[in-house]
Amino acid sequence: MSSLALPAVDAGILAKRARIVERLGEVVGARWVISDEDELRAYETDALTAYRQIPLAVALPSTTDEVSRVLAVLNEEGVKVIGRGAGTSLAGGALPLADSVVVGVSRMSRVLDIDTANRAIRVEAGVTNLAVSGAVDHLGFFYAPDPSSQLACTIAGNVAMNSGGAHCLKYGVTTNNVLGLTVVLMDGTVIELGGTHMDSPGYDLLGLMTGSEGQLGIVTEAVLRILPKAEGARPVLVGFSSNTDAGTCVSDIIGQGMLPVVIEFMDRPAIRICEDFAHAGYPLDVEAMLIIEVEGSEEEIVEQLAKIVAVARDNGAVHVREAKTPAESAAIWKGRKSAFGAMGRISDYMCMDGTIPTGRLPEVLVKISEICEGYGLGVANIFHAGDGNLHPLVLYDVNDPEQLEKAEACGADILELCVEVGGCLTGEHGVGIEKRELMTSQFNATDLDQQMRIKTMLDPQWLLNPAKVFPLAGRPEPVRLKTSEAA
Amino acid sequence: MSQYTPDSEAAVEEIVRAARARSEPLEIAGGGGKRALGRPVQAAATLSLGKLAGITLYEPSELVIAAKAGTPLAEIEARLKQQGQRLPFDPPRLHRLYGGDRDTASIGAVVASNLSGPRRVHAGAARDSLIGVRFVNGAGETVKSGGRVMKNVTGLDLVKLMSGAFGTLGVLTEVTFKALPAPETEATLVFEGLDDHQAVACLSAGLGSPWEVTGAAHLPAVAGAPARTLLRLEGFETQMAYRGKALGDALAGFGGCDILRGADSAARWAAIGELEPLAAHDDEAVWKVSTTPNKAPEVAAAIRAATGARLYYDWGGGLIWVAVPAEGDAGAAAIRAALSDAGGHATCMRAPDEIRAAIAVFEPQPEPVMALTRKLKETFDPDRVLNPGRMYAGV
Repeated sequence: MSSLALPAVDAGILAKRARIVERLGEVVGARWVISDEDELRAYETDALTAYRQIPLAVALPSTTDEVSRVLAVLNEEGVKVIGRGAGTSLAGGALPLADSVVVGVSRMSRVLDIDTANRAIRVEAGVTNLAVSGAVDHLGFFYAPDPSSQLACTIAGNVAMNSGGAHCLKYGVTTNNVLGLTVVLMDGTVIELGGTHMDSPGYDLLGLMTGSEGQLGIVTEAVLRILPKAEGARPVLVGFSSNTDAGTCVSDIIGQGMLPVVIEFMDRPAIRICEDFAHAGYPLDVEAMLIIEVEGSEEEIVEQLAKIVAVARDNGAVHVREAKTPAESAAIWKGRKSAFGAMGRISDYMCMDGTIPTGRLPEVLVKISEICEGYGLGVANIFHAGDGNLHPLVLYDVNDPEQLEKAEACGADILELCVEVGGCLTGEHGVGIEKRELMTSQFNATDLDQQMRIKTMLDPQWLLNPAKVFPLAGRPEPVRLKTSEAA
Repeated sequence: MSQYTPDSEAAVEEIVRAARARSEPLEIAGGGGKRALGRPVQAAATLSLGKLAGITLYEPSELVIAAKAGTPLAEIEARLKQQGQRLPFDPPRLHRLYGGDRDTASIGAVVASNLSGPRRVHAGAARDSLIGVRFVNGAGETVKSGGRVMKNVTGLDLVKLMSGAFGTLGVLTEVTFKALPAPETEATLVFEGLDDHQAVACLSAGLGSPWEVTGAAHLPAVAGAPARTLLRLEGFETQMAYRGKALGDALAGFGGCDILRGADSAARWAAIGELEPLAAHDDEAVWKVSTTPNKAPEVAAAIRAATGARLYYDWGGGLIWVAVPAEGDAGAAAIRAALSDAGGHATCMRAPDEIRAAIAVFEPQPEPVMALTRKLKETFDPDRVLNPGRMYAGV
C-alpha cells in the first residue's frame, strides 16, 4: 500500500456490521448484499490497482427506489458509501474503505427509451458506455463520449468522472452530452434534473453533479444526447522529426479552420512500444507521430485529408500514411488503442492524466523526460493533442516498494508541472484518491472551501466517497446526525 | 441609489464585503442591458462591471479566449473574427427586448444568463463553451474554477454552476471560453408552407441526418408571409454544395426548397437570434419556452389557444419564443399549463416590473430541487447580498 493515508476506521461501524448487512438485505434482498470476504475481494480495488481495501459490504440495488432506501439506511447508521459502476476508475475513485459499503449500480443496466426524433436516449446508470451507442447504432446514431474503457465502464461512472475520450475535441465530454439525470442524495432524497429538452431550468445542477466523483449523490438514470453518425471517417498518420514540429502542425491545422474529430499524439517511446505489440506499421525513425481523423462523405474526407497533409508537409512531416481502406484505418487505430495493454507487457506503469495549454507542449515534454530521468524511471507519452490532455506513462516495477514510491513522486511532479504551465491535474480520469493531496497546487484554500461547503451541504456527515477528491487536511468536521434526526 | 463601478477584482471584493457588513444587497449589472430579465431585485445599490473590462488572454491556436467580465461581447467577437474564429454558441442579441444598443451585452452577462443562439442545437449552450471562471462570492472572496484548457475534471465544476445563476451565486470577474474556427461559408435550406407538425418533423429529420445541421428554426405563417422552415449548414464551400444537395434530397418529402447562401443565410440567422420574427411590440410580454422538440407543436397550439400568442420555433422545435399581451399574469398560467404534459420549462424574458414581481419568472422547481437551490445560495452567499430574489424569492 502506498503513502496516501486513509481515514481512521470507525470501530463502531465495524461492530454493527451484522445489523447493517441485515438492514440492507431487507431493502434489496439478501442475495444482493455481499458480505462474504472472498466475494468482497472482487470489489477491493478499481483500475488503480496499487490500492486495495476490502469493504464492509456491497449492496447491489436494482431500482432508484432501492438506491434511495439503501442510502437512507446508511445515512441513518452513519456508514460511508462508495458508489461504483464497473470499477474502471484510474484514479481510485471507487476504492473502498474498510468501514464503507459499496453501492454498485451494475444491476441497473436497462435502456429505458430511445427517442431519435428528439435525439435522446434514457438509460439506467449501470448500462455500459458502449451499450448506449450499441442501442442506437442501427438507427444511424451514436453516443459521443468514448473513454478507452467504454466496453466496460458505466454511464454512472462516466457521469461521476465527466469522462471524455479521443472524440471530445469535436463532440465534448460527458457534461456536454447529458440532458437529464436522476440522482439519489445521501439522505435518500431522489431528485430529477433536466429531461429530453435543452437547457435545464434554475441552477445548473446537471453540471454540478457531472464530474462530482460520487461526492454529492448516486446517479441512477440518465437522459443522454445521441448524435447522427457521420457518413464515414478516416485517419491519416503523420510522423515528424521533432515534438515541436508535431505540436506546431496541430496548431496550424486548427488555425486553418479545420476541426478534425481526433488528433492523437505519440512520442518516440510510445510509438516503439505500440508498434512492437500491434505491428501497425508505425514509423520507427520519427520523434513524434500524429493520428488525425476526419469525418464526412468520401469526397469531404479526401479533401480534408489533402489539406491536413499539406499543412503537415509544411511543418516538416517526414512520414505520411493516409488510410485508403477500412483495413488500413483499423491498423492505424490498432496501435493507438492497444497502447495501454502494450505498455503493460513491457513494464508496470502509472498513467498520468494532466492537461496543458497545447502551446507549451514541446517544453513540457522535455521537462517530463527530465523529471522521470531524475527519478531513474522511463516514460512514454500519449496525448489527445487537440485538447491538451497528456497521458505520460511512468514506468516502474510494482514489486519494488521503493520504485512505487518514486513513481508516485514523479507523477506528482509531472502534474504540478502541468498546473504550473496553466493546465490542470486531471483532464478525464478524475482526482479520486490519487490526486487528492495535489489539489492544493491547483486551488487555494478559498477555492477548496467553496467546493467543500457544497459537499457539506449535500452530505453533512461526509459519508459519500469520503477519502477522495479533497485533501484530508482542511476538511470541515463532519456533522454527526443523531439517528432520530436522520430517521 | 448608489452605483459602484469597480475596476479590479480586489475592488469588487471590497464592495461586496462592505455591502455584506451593512446588510445592503447589491444589484449586479454588466453592460446593464439585461436588468429587466428576472424578478425585480430590491437593492439599494448597483454593482456595475463596465469598468472591469479587457481581453486577458487569447491563444488562437489553442482555441481559448479569456476576458474580464465587463468586456463587451462585441469586442470579443471582433477579436475572434480577426483570427477566423468565433464563440461556438452564437450569443444572442436581445436589444429588441430590452432596448439600447445591439452591442450593449457584456461577456459576464452572457455567462450569467447562459443564453445561446440558434447554433445551440449543434454546438451546445453558452455553458458548454465556458471553461473557466473567477468570481467573488457573497462573502467577498474571490474563487476560481476551471481554467484555460478544454478538458478539466479537477474538483467540483463550479463553472457550470455560475453559468445561468444570474449573479445570485457570485459576481463574475473573469471568464474563459473555448472558441472554434469560423466556417468558410454557410447555406440555409428554406422550405415554405409547412404546418407546425410537418415543420418540426422536417427539422428533426435534418438534425438526425449525417450532414451536420447547425441551425433549425420554423417561422409560422403571418399575414403576408408563408410559413418558413429553415435548416442551416456550415463549412467549406465544397462541403456546402454536397451537403446541401444531400440534405435537400433527404428532405424531399417536405417539398422543394430554396437555398440562401453566404451573407443572406447569415443575416437570416442573426435575425432569428435577435427575435426579429416575433416582432414583439413594446406592450407585449415575451417568453422563452423550452420543451421536448417534437412535442413543441402541441405545446404551441395550447399556448396559442389560451392566449392568442404569436410565436416561432428555434433549436429544432426545442425552443419556442412567445409574445403575449402584457396583461394579468402575462400568460404565465396558460404557458405552464401547456407544458405540464409535455415537460420543459418557461422563462418570462420581458414583462413590466409589477407582473414580474407577481409571477414566477423562472420555472418553479419541485421542492427537493428548490431545497437544493436554497442551500446552494447559502453556501455562496449566506447573507443574500448578491442579486437577492432575482431568480426565486428568498434566493
